[in-house]
Amino acid sequence: MLFKKDSWKEIFDTIKKNKLRTFLSGFTVAIGILIFIILFGLGNGLENSFKTFFTDDKVNTIRLYPSSTTIPYRGYESQRRIKFTNSDLVDFKEQFNSRIEDIVVRNTFYFQMKYKEKANNYTIRAVSPAHQEAELTIIMEGRYLNEGDIGNTKRHVVIGRLVAEDLFQDEDPIGKYIFGSGHSWKVVGVFQDEGGDREERNLYVPYTTMQKIQKNNDEISQMIVIYDKNMSYDESLILENDLETYIKEKKFISPDDNKGVYISNTGEEQENSRQFASVLSIIISFIGIGTLVAGIIGISNIMVFVVKERTKEIGIRKAIGATPNSIIAMVLQESIFITMISGYLGLVVALIILNGIGDNLMEKYFISNPYIQTSNAVWATIILIFFGALAGYLPARKASKIKPIIALRDK
Amino acid sequence: MIEINKLNKSYLIGKNSLHVLKGIDVSIKKGELVAIMGSSGSGKSTLLNIIGMLDNYDSGSYHLDNVPIKDLDETKAAKYRNQFLGFIFQSFNLINYKTALENIALPLYYQGISRDERQKIAFEYLEKVGLSAWSEHLPSELSGGQKQRIAIARALASQPKVLLADEPTGALDSTTSEEVMSLIKKINKEGKTILVVTHEHEIANMCNRIITLKDGVIVTDIQTS
Repeated sequence: MLFKKDSWKEIFDTIKKNKLRTFLSGFTVAIGILIFIILFGLGNGLENSFKTFFTDDKVNTIRLYPSSTTIPYRGYESQRRIKFTNSDLVDFKEQFNSRIEDIVVRNTFYFQMKYKEKANNYTIRAVSPAHQEAELTIIMEGRYLNEGDIGNTKRHVVIGRLVAEDLFQDEDPIGKYIFGSGHSWKVVGVFQDEGGDREERNLYVPYTTMQKIQKNNDEISQMIVIYDKNMSYDESLILENDLETYIKEKKFISPDDNKGVYISNTGEEQENSRQFASVLSIIISFIGIGTLVAGIIGISNIMVFVVKERTKEIGIRKAIGATPNSIIAMVLQESIFITMISGYLGLVVALIILNGIGDNLMEKYFISNPYIQTSNAVWATIILIFFGALAGYLPARKASKIKPIIALRDK
Repeated sequence: MIEINKLNKSYLIGKNSLHVLKGIDVSIKKGELVAIMGSSGSGKSTLLNIIGMLDNYDSGSYHLDNVPIKDLDETKAAKYRNQFLGFIFQSFNLINYKTALENIALPLYYQGISRDERQKIAFEYLEKVGLSAWSEHLPSELSGGQKQRIAIARALASQPKVLLADEPTGALDSTTSEEVMSLIKKINKEGKTILVVTHEHEIANMCNRIITLKDGVIVTDIQTS
């Protein structure tokens, strides 16, 4: 009988003395695992960024923008500019009371804001308090705008994280006054936004204050309808349709006019992005499986080559008393040992690389925080080791059955 | 030691059957040094392969040390080879990545002898063939004669009952051939049964008995001393 320990010594000897062979099979497995994990990880990273892009805003919203008509209707000429006003807001809320949570106002301006010596041009959003919910704005410091600010047309402002960095640097902005559009504004809060840098360079002020400054008008350039989040996608489409019909009737816009009022449902975007995400994950799985198959083919080729190369050695070993089983065991133990060690190395190196990437590829390639589930990585390694062993076993079994006389014949 | 009766062996080549051994009867006693001669195609190598359990035979009987050898499966054949036989090949058949000492120790590994013990025994046989200074050398660093002496030491290490040599001097020059043959003779004098397949008369004449094959039958069987 073979001593277990002794047969391992024999295998270490063989491995040590056949460095090229060891390197080739080990390298194939290590590279296979490495590429699999990195590609899979990067794919996951892409999916990560994708998800953050589309979770920027609340999903159960419908946006309404008035624009110009293109068809004459009920005595009105075409090219008539449609306007929403504060009274429309009240009417819309009343009309759709049962199906909506709130309607948010957003008027957008662009002007310079200044604090002490520092000044910069920013997008100013004149909004109602519920805008925080629609945009998923996160307050870092202070507070968001409230109904009091709206009712009293306070010159209060909530500034983005990057605006605070620009204008205040290390200073605490809360309670300070910044100047813009000919007025001073008191900073009541600082926010961050998952939408990223662009969002964090915005400022929020009460829409009523802006209307008052703008010669006391009552115009609203955009409304965001927040509907019941339990509403299904189809129900939201019906709501969208009803809104359109109602607004067109109220504003004397032809039902056949594609312009006049522009309505966009984020539920729709969500549906599209959900489909895109599923296509993305199919592509990622496909890449993963493809890499793994390539790895399996690679290791199989090497194992076939290794056994072929060893045919004569196997013949010699059989002539001096090696049983077929001991031949198979020798080839298998060697290949499993090499694939396990190198598979593990590939795994560790790949995970180090993935961690090293982190968010470095976010700017250029939209890959954020690439990762792989530990179970996926381990399974991939096990699969490769298994096929490496199988690829070694089949030719080894064949070689072990060859009569030594035939194996020894090629001189 | 070796009892062979009416041994027949055919090879199938395509649709034709080639009758290589046609009823061989031979008896070899313990301690004999026998040369098997014949031109190529005479069946001498086939006979040696059958005796060496490297090949099967069709009919007849073959007993080695009173053990019937017939239709062995590979595992059993491997055990018998390891236990009964030592092989010496024309092309040495050393494992090229193992040192001289490791090559000699290999049959002992398959006998399940411990590593230290293997090294000890292997070294004894290395000394016996006069190459103790070359223990750590790889086959590629040895001359043909040295390689064959390592192969002989390997064949002896498992203490086989019979040594089978297939053209042991076929790849060697005449001086080296003589050295190798005198080593074989020396081992024979210590009591080992040895079969040498050769087509060289000089080599055959150094043996005690010469069996000549022609077209699958024994034509002469002469005692030389």
